[in-house]
Amino acid sequence: MAERRRRFSVVLDIVTYVLMIGLALVFILPLVWMVASSLKEEGQVLTVPPTLWPTVPQWTNYLQVFEIIPVFFWNSVKLAAINVVGLLIVASLAGFAFGRLRFPGRDLLFLLVLATAMIPGIAYLIPQYLVFRQIGWIDTQLPLWVPRVFTPVFATFLMRQFFKSLPQELDDAARVDGAGTFTIFWRIMLPQTTPALAAIAIFTFLDSWNDLFGPLIYINSEELQTLPVALAQFQNEYFTQITLLMAGATVAVLPVILVYIVAQKYFIQGITMTGLKG
Amino acid sequence: MNAVAETDARRGTRKRRAPRNGLLGGRFGKYEGFLYIAPLILGIAAFQLFPIFVSIYMSFTQWDGIAPPEFVGVGNYTEMFTGDPLFIETLRNTIIFTLLAIPLTTVLGFLLALLCNRKLRGISLLRAAYFAPYITNVVAIGYIWYWIYNPERGLINGLLSGIGIDGPAWLSSSTWALPAVVIVSVWQGAGYPMVIFLAGLQAIPKDLYEAAEIDGASWWNQVRRITMPLLTPSLFFVLVTQFITSFQVFGVIYIMTQGGPGHSTSVYIYYLYQTAFSFGKLGYASAMAWVLFVILAIVTYVQWRMQKRWVFYG
Repeated sequence: MAERRRRFSVVLDIVTYVLMIGLALVFILPLVWMVASSLKEEGQVLTVPPTLWPTVPQWTNYLQVFEIIPVFFWNSVKLAAINVVGLLIVASLAGFAFGRLRFPGRDLLFLLVLATAMIPGIAYLIPQYLVFRQIGWIDTQLPLWVPRVFTPVFATFLMRQFFKSLPQELDDAARVDGAGTFTIFWRIMLPQTTPALAAIAIFTFLDSWNDLFGPLIYINSEELQTLPVALAQFQNEYFTQITLLMAGATVAVLPVILVYIVAQKYFIQGITMTGLKG
Repeated sequence: MNAVAETDARRGTRKRRAPRNGLLGGRFGKYEGFLYIAPLILGIAAFQLFPIFVSIYMSFTQWDGIAPPEFVGVGNYTEMFTGDPLFIETLRNTIIFTLLAIPLTTVLGFLLALLCNRKLRGISLLRAAYFAPYITNVVAIGYIWYWIYNPERGLINGLLSGIGIDGPAWLSSSTWALPAVVIVSVWQGAGYPMVIFLAGLQAIPKDLYEAAEIDGASWWNQVRRITMPLLTPSLFFVLVTQFITSFQVFGVIYIMTQGGPGHSTSVYIYYLYQTAFSFGKLGYASAMAWVLFVILAIVTYVQWRMQKRWVFYG
């Protein structure tokens, strides 16, 4: 019986493998098609029957694209960096205070912070737009980071939970040694929260890097535009050929894939943290 | 929340006095916490609470954002449901989109999680493959699929003609455009429920299965009595979040169809975006935003109330 069971499980493994690889192809093929197309000659992209791989890879497509996109690419990089750093600072400060300090009205304020998370962004998008217009922020990059950095509700919640879980002995010992509150936060507590910081950083990066709506609404000047919107809006102007468009799209996707490969653990952790403990 | 309050209370008894040697020091020490939360609280006040009140007011006005707003009472709200066929059509498209996308994404995500839960060689590579579309830029996704859907020379119709089927015109057919967009969203979105289900599956204690095995329970009975009930919290979470995100789909529509052909793929947020930023009807768009909020709130509340009937919290 054990023999039969083992044989059954080998067969099951093989069937599962075949199914999984088949599905993986379905998921990855469009992305492979993107990369392959970015390396083809213009006439070779759409042929009947379709060919997948370029006969002679046209690396010059990337050279052409890189002549177009540096400004958009750097705008995206700059915004992502400001968003990640700024949001981590605001969220970890607030999370520390809510999780470990005692001050009047703390719990009420924390409840207020959580309550705002229930209201969808679309409900205040239009007045936000008007306010930014009023104070002259339209067509600057300020609307693309200031609101995001200063309203990190969920990240604050995560940081608070993390700070709360650290042992009290840590700050007691530091206080005996004469450390001030900020020193305790910065030197002792914050380094313990790396997993939470990493997860928050990754998702802030993703949000910022892939954001389409924000730059679409707030930015008019070409030289301030981000990579996704540049691809979406200036395709006829710059990305005249599918091959160039696909090269541009590949460049837009590459950093995300790299981040995923480097930080896969935190990625999954972050999703499950946002998912099940929220 | 109760558990949180309890630990707060416990900590309170252990450590009564506020830290003394903070930045503010002395008797202001107990206010030091405000310094740390000030950026967040000011941000929320300026960028969320204040705009929310303005938005509520705006939804009762007719306003192009330039001339002074004209108060119209509930006019915007009544017009939506009685005088704007396009609104009804986009609402209908959104509902169809949601009803197609949620079950497909959830089932596919669940299937992938089941497959990925097995200890096989190279599993993390396969997992990464399923997950890759989820983190891919929506603009790139839109263009890739735009060309894959190309009626004459695209990948799909190319494959279909290989087996003798004449594929439809996909994005330029008012029948097929919406399903085509759904397919893209399912392909992109399945990685998310997969991760949630996978976490749920891995949290199920192994000894439950071992005990069932000893009792002679069949594979199917184990799935039915252990796996399925213990996964209901994950499923509940997936359904709630999927509803909120599907109902607000924008990116793939903006890139692939711009709401067309006709208005066959015009969905709620896309129409709201046009109303505000192309047609300049800011009051009407604000009212639309609040109707959306009410719809999402009601459905989420109903889902929440129903969870008692089917969600199992061990």
